Amino acid sequence: MSVEVPTSHRFPDNARAALADATLQRGLASAKLGFRVRRSEAAARLPEFETLRDEARDIKNHVLAHLDLYLEAFEQRVTERGGHVHWAGDAAAARDIVLAICRAAGARTVTKGKSMISEEIGLNAFLEQNGVEPVETDLGEYIIQLRGEAPSHIIAPAFHVPKAEVAETFQKHHKSLDPARPLEQPRQLLEEARAMLRDRFFAADVGITGANFLIAETGATVIVTNEGNGDLTQTLPRVHIVLASLEKVVPTLEDTSTILRLLARSATGQEFTSYTTFSTGPRRGEDLDGPQEFHVVLLDNGRSDLIGTELQEVLRCIRCGACMNHCPVFGVIGGHAYGWVYPGPIGAVLSPSLIGIEEAHHLPSASTFCGRCESVCPMRIPLPGLMRHLREREYGRGIPPAAQRWGLRAWAFLAKRPRLYRLATALPVRLLGLVGRRRGAFRRLPLAGGWTAERDLPAPQGPTFQALWNRAGGRRERPR
Amino acid sequence: MSGTPRDAVLGALRRATGRDANMAEAAAAVRTRLAAHARNTIPARGLRETQGLLELFTEQARGVDASVAIVDDFGAVPGAVADYLRGENLPTRLRMAPDPRLDACPWDDAPTLEITRGKGEAEDVVALTGAFAGVAETGTLMLISGPDSPTTLNFLPDAHIVVLNAADLVGCYEDGWDRLRATGRMPRSVNFITGPSRSADIEQTLQLGAHGPRWLHIVVVAGGAATKDPGDG
Repeated sequence: MSVEVPTSHRFPDNARAALADATLQRGLASAKLGFRVRRSEAAARLPEFETLRDEARDIKNHVLAHLDLYLEAFEQRVTERGGHVHWAGDAAAARDIVLAICRAAGARTVTKGKSMISEEIGLNAFLEQNGVEPVETDLGEYIIQLRGEAPSHIIAPAFHVPKAEVAETFQKHHKSLDPARPLEQPRQLLEEARAMLRDRFFAADVGITGANFLIAETGATVIVTNEGNGDLTQTLPRVHIVLASLEKVVPTLEDTSTILRLLARSATGQEFTSYTTFSTGPRRGEDLDGPQEFHVVLLDNGRSDLIGTELQEVLRCIRCGACMNHCPVFGVIGGHAYGWVYPGPIGAVLSPSLIGIEEAHHLPSASTFCGRCESVCPMRIPLPGLMRHLREREYGRGIPPAAQRWGLRAWAFLAKRPRLYRLATALPVRLLGLVGRRRGAFRRLPLAGGWTAERDLPAPQGPTFQALWNRAGGRRERPR
Repeated sequence: MSGTPRDAVLGALRRATGRDANMAEAAAAVRTRLAAHARNTIPARGLRETQGLLELFTEQARGVDASVAIVDDFGAVPGAVADYLRGENLPTRLRMAPDPRLDACPWDDAPTLEITRGKGEAEDVVALTGAFAGVAETGTLMLISGPDSPTTLNFLPDAHIVVLNAADLVGCYEDGWDRLRATGRMPRSVNFITGPSRSADIEQTLQLGAHGPRWLHIVVVAGGAATKDPGDG
């Protein structure tokens, strides 16, 4: 089951539920540090890493400024190699195209490599409704497909499922196997999934993969994987369908190589993933294997609207997941709370553009603006800046509730009048200092219940910063 | 104004970029870039020409759980393959790519091996293929699909043994692409393979052998003559 109906508008409730989920909290706590350490070690091993980030940003900026031309070039190359390119304006169009190809192939089952676009267009549920059985073959995707769940992380979809629950899921679904078999170890679970999926790979009529890159120079589509399931998915069936969004195109093999040097290091901290596969058209006449048909579905779904706007920079994203791995908010609520396909900082910027600011307006506010996401983004996407822009847009549309709007307006009124601001803050500060200095902090305070419900409010310990600054004659006081 | 979804998408992109006003210039920029194959920054470690390539490749490949054996010439390949299978306690039945370089090896020297040729099949446990190139910067094998190198052999077996001529070692991916361009053909698949299959999808615990091979063994032929380019005929 895919996330067809977003629950992003319920983000505050989703987040509260996630915070109360003890299993999820254990998983998040153990996972995030590993990702961060591995990424930082991988970056440190490559002295050119920061230079490559600049170059990768420039490559994608150039592409986005010439996206129409690179897409045409890509399409022409694919066609020359005997493949087909299909253009889809929105999710429904993309689903229809995939179904039509499956029907023409007489497909009963399709195997699938990991694809965020498939999640974005809700492909699995749609194929099932239309009598085509989709089989996810990435281990994480397979687990959550059996469980009827959505991915909770873009590169680790079953991030939220502890191994005991994987075992339970396998017991429930793999009925042909001995119920007494041992399933405690990750190795046993992996072996079982491998064995169960082997036959499915051979039985499938169509294989569907995503694409990390589309190469305009050669017409190749690229998948970057570790398990090898994507390659079996696209090599064994008679038909290979690639799902990709417009902005995946890059000019040359050289440009692709540059971005590839950043992708795995930023995502998992690997120097390179086990498999990076470039697919160009269907099998050649003399080949012994490979698909006989090769289709690429190019999805727009709102992206062309971003070109030429402040939000265009989000289209540089290569879906490495570094922003969420380093996000303090994602780190405590996980991916499902975001309520749609793309969680974390990238989702906070992308989701409002793809499913609407009304649905996703909470997400750009789910940030402390600590800036870690931007500091690790291999494509140097200014995520906090884009979230700030979306907050402005949300305010401009009148989406926040009245109390919040009035509060912001009152604060803005004060902030723009320094004298009044000083006066308005000095009085309460002095009062709070008088009452609370001895205790050091307030456990409860009228009008500040939202703060003191979760933590103490420190009491002011003396004059305000501004008063100190003036006393020092507008210079730094010497350290005492 | 626009009939097909293609027209609608391209139309929207052209409006957003003011393409009408700059079409000639923009098209020229794109054409030039696509033809130039200009390189971006290549990490220093990938810039070595021949000296140290084998050492770097070996170190990097071993770092990602591949095993590497180095032999003097193609004549020693059968013995190295048999030794490896014995050492890992793997079956001696193997499926071999119909690659002339492999065919030319003296397989009679390893009579324990039971060899069939062809594409990968469900029951294959061990596969043996050649490689188009090896990229030292990350210990990456570059395999290209073709009648002498079926892609299924790279992914179906439990153990994948790859014979790599040291003369086909390059420093960086870009060198590999230039070699491929020089053959004048673009195959259906180019597979960059860096270590065996792996997954950390269950509790972030790394496991080898997810859907692809659990063992990747590379036999480097150190003294072998440069591989003749099939396009040279």
